[in-house]
This record gives sequence, C-alpha cells and structure tokens, in this order.
Amino acid sequence: MSDNKIGTPLVEITGLSKWYGDFSALYDINLTVSSGEKVVVCGPSGSGKSTMIRCINQLEEHQVGTIFVDGREVKPGMKNIEEVRRDVGMVFQSFNLFPHLSVVDNLTIGPMRNKGISKAEATEIAMHFLERVHIAEQADKYPPQLSGGQQQRVAIARALCLKPKIMLFDEPTSALDPEMIAGVLDIMIELAEDGMTMICVTHEMGFARKVADRIVFMDEGEIVEVAEPETFFNNPSTDRSKLFLSQLLGH
Amino acid sequence: MSKDTHIDTTDNDRRKRPALLFDVAAYLRTLREISIALITFTIIAWLIWRGALAMEYNWQWYRVSPFFYRIVDDEFIFGPLYWGLLKTLKLAFIAGILAIIIGFITAFARMSNSRAGSNIATFYLEAIRNTPLIVQLFLFYFVLAPIFGIDRFWAGVLCLAFFEGSFAAEIIRGGIQGVDRGQFEAGDAAGLTTYNKYRYIIVPQSMPLILPPLTGLLISLIKHSAIVSVIAVSELTTTGLNLISDTFMAFEVWFIIAGIYLTLTITLSIGVGQLEKKLNVASSSNRS
Repeated sequence: MSDNKIGTPLVEITGLSKWYGDFSALYDINLTVSSGEKVVVCGPSGSGKSTMIRCINQLEEHQVGTIFVDGREVKPGMKNIEEVRRDVGMVFQSFNLFPHLSVVDNLTIGPMRNKGISKAEATEIAMHFLERVHIAEQADKYPPQLSGGQQQRVAIARALCLKPKIMLFDEPTSALDPEMIAGVLDIMIELAEDGMTMICVTHEMGFARKVADRIVFMDEGEIVEVAEPETFFNNPSTDRSKLFLSQLLGH
Repeated sequence: MSKDTHIDTTDNDRRKRPALLFDVAAYLRTLREISIALITFTIIAWLIWRGALAMEYNWQWYRVSPFFYRIVDDEFIFGPLYWGLLKTLKLAFIAGILAIIIGFITAFARMSNSRAGSNIATFYLEAIRNTPLIVQLFLFYFVLAPIFGIDRFWAGVLCLAFFEGSFAAEIIRGGIQGVDRGQFEAGDAAGLTTYNKYRYIIVPQSMPLILPPLTGLLISLIKHSAIVSVIAVSELTTTGLNLISDTFMAFEVWFIIAGIYLTLTITLSIGVGQLEKKLNVASSSNRS
C-alpha cells in the first residue's frame, strides 16, 4: 500500500504534551499525517495511543503543543470545534451508537443537524454507506438488536456519512467477539483501498502489516518508533518495540 | 445478541413448560393477608367512630353534597369544592410546568463551564432547600408580590415553581449525568453542536431516568400546593377552611379534602405508571 499517492499534511501534531494532574499521559508527541496516508498506532495499554488520537478532535484537551487539522489549529476550549470535528470521523472501541435511534437515524442525525440537509437526502446518503458496510438490511433496527460486529460497522458508516477528511479508529475491534473481527477489518481495508486517510489504534498486527504506510509505536506516553511496516515487524530499531512485538507475536 | 434468533419449534415443543397446578397453600396465604388488612382498617374506622361518638360529634354526611354541586330550578350549579379543586389543578399545572423549565435551566447552568452560571444555580438551590417553604411563601407574598405587582395566585404559583424547581434541577442533572459518557463523546465526534447534542442524543436518553422521580415531584407539588391557603388563594384547602367556618363540619370536610387529594395523586401515579410501562417497552425492545 505504501506506493499510494500521499498528499498534503492533514494532521500535524507538534510538541504535544498532556498531563492528568501530575501524571504525564503524553509527552512531546510529533506526528504528521498526510492526506491518503494510513497510520497504525500500536503499543502496550496505557501508552497514550487513544489519548493521542482523541486529542485530534479534542475529546481530550492537551496542555502543551499544537495540533493542526487540515490547516486549522485545534485547541482546548476553542469555539466552533464542531466544525473541525465534522472533518474528523471517529470510531470508538465501544461503538457508542445512539441506542434510542434506529440504525438509519444514527446515520442521518449528523448530516441533518450539521448541514441542515433534508431527511430524504440524508437517508439516501445513509443507505449508501450502510450498503458500503454491507448492512443495509438492518437499517430499521435499533443498535442493541445488532451483534457487536454489526454495530461497529454501523458506527463506521455513521462516521463516513459526514464525509470526513480523515478517520480515527480507537481500537475498533477490541470489544468484539473473535468471529466478528474479520468483518470489521475487511471494511477498514476497503476504506483504506479507497484512499481514506486513517489513523488506527489497534492490536491487529495483520491489519497493520497489510494496510499501514507507517507504524507508530508508543510507550509510556511517548512515540518510541515510527517505521514502515516491513521495517517495524522484521527489524524494529528499539528494544522496547522488540519486546512489545515478541510479547504480541510470541505465543 | 440478535433478537430474531431462530427458535427451533420442534425443540421448543419437546421442552414445553408444564402447566402450573393450582397452588392451594399460596391461595390461603393471600386470603389471610387480605383478611388481616380488612380487620386492621375496620378497627381504625371503629376507633374514629367511637371517638367521635364520645365527643358527641354530630356527623352530617347528608349535608355534604351541596359542597360539590347544587340543583336550583333545574339548573346545575357547581359547588365550592369544584372551584377549589379547579384552582388547585390550575395552580399545580402552571407551577409544575414552570418547575420543570426552572429545573432544566438550573441543571444546565450548574453543569456548565460558566462560573457565574454554576454559582447562581448553586446559590438558588441552597437558598431554596435550606429555608422553610412557608417562609419562602411569605417572602413571595409580602415582599416580591408588592414589589413586582403580582397577585396572590401568581405569588403562590411562583413560590411553588421555584421550590419544586430546585428539586427538579437535581433530578434532571442526575438523569443527564446518568447517560453513558460514550454518548457525549459520540455526539461530539459527530460534530453536533452542544445544543443538538443534548436535544437529540443526551436528553432523550436521560428521560427514563428523569421521569419516575419527576412524577414523584409533581405529586408532592400537588400536596405542597395546599400551603398557599395561608395566603388565601382560593384553592382546595382554603375552600375546606371556609366550608368549616360556615358549617362546623370539620370531620366530614377534612375527610373529603384528603380524599380528593388522594384521588388526584393516585390517578397521577397510575397514569404515569402506564406511561413508564410504555417507555420501558419501547426502550427494552431496543435492548434485547
């Protein structure tokens, strides 16, 4: 995949640091993701992977450093943060579908409320993306009636309905039963092949190897290594990434 | 998991639940409980009747019907209790709506990042909850009413609305904070404005948490509305007081007044109970 045409910088993170009280959650993160690029973020739990990508759409507020999304700086307490968020699709570990809305309403609410488009038009967009995640026949059901894998695919479709410039995946398969994981990963691979810019926090190393342009390895709130998948898996340059990979692949 | 999981009917036939036999012991137990309750009520009624007899109380139940209505020259005329009840309902209805509005505003002010908003809301809550209701009523009637030129009915309505509003605020805040954090994040991530996030995502999901305690609040609002009789708003309790000073039928009148309040509040709880059942059915069909 690395021969993809990679364009202008879409997300630029410079000197990003974040503390919870005195605990340093992120320290001096520097990362630029260009349009069309697929970046997989991995690392042991508690290493700040999720926190980092959640700073990009300000679900978490950082204290030091700058983040630019498509040329606009995002910072804590900013006005109109929702305008930036509309360009950034996010998929959560726990799906976070709206349980009181039907599947199709989960998808239409964003476009209808954010862009003021009609229900008919929003439904058309919604059905298009539901078909894309192979779940159009469940449109009228409610999220709790679906399996975890189906819910996560709806969540991906919901994020796509906003026509985002970049998609953030926060451990999208970690809460799924093993037999559900492949379906979700397939959708993500299709998305990558269509040229979507993606930052994925995941433990799915097979997916990372297949899709990623770069692997970002984090530990204890810092970026330890950034490398192409081949290099990272076959010839990691730091002891920490070696240890991580051996623990991950060793059994 | 999926609700429409295919059920193998033949297997279900084989594993059929047996019909229950008539449980004699349980039936006798129920009968015994009911008789104990009946005997207790009879004893209480008898004690009241005997006490009234001892003080030579002159029961005049035959005189109470004009309290409700009279027929003069074939014309149907509503009695004072009807008008009192109507006033109580009007009072409680307006105060209830205002209380819910005040509750929402206060709850959101308290949760907001605005220091001023949360301070004002907290001051209001503490002031209302740490002073007696009757003192608040006197403040509204003797201080605020003359200043702002409002009549006694509206002084009563506003006092009750602000009093119950403080409790509504905490109920609403609790309901909103009871919604899963992921829902707030998903709303944010979808680029919804704060207003749209609460309007379409958070508040609808907090309703099952808010509605039951809010019903309790409305019921206590109806009961608390009796206090405005001290500023002579002509509602149910005031009507009762007036009837007694006219007829000296204290026992009958207070039994009737209590009965009317009881009917009102029980009707309300049953009504909302049905509504909740509907809500639960609707939301449990979402959760299988």
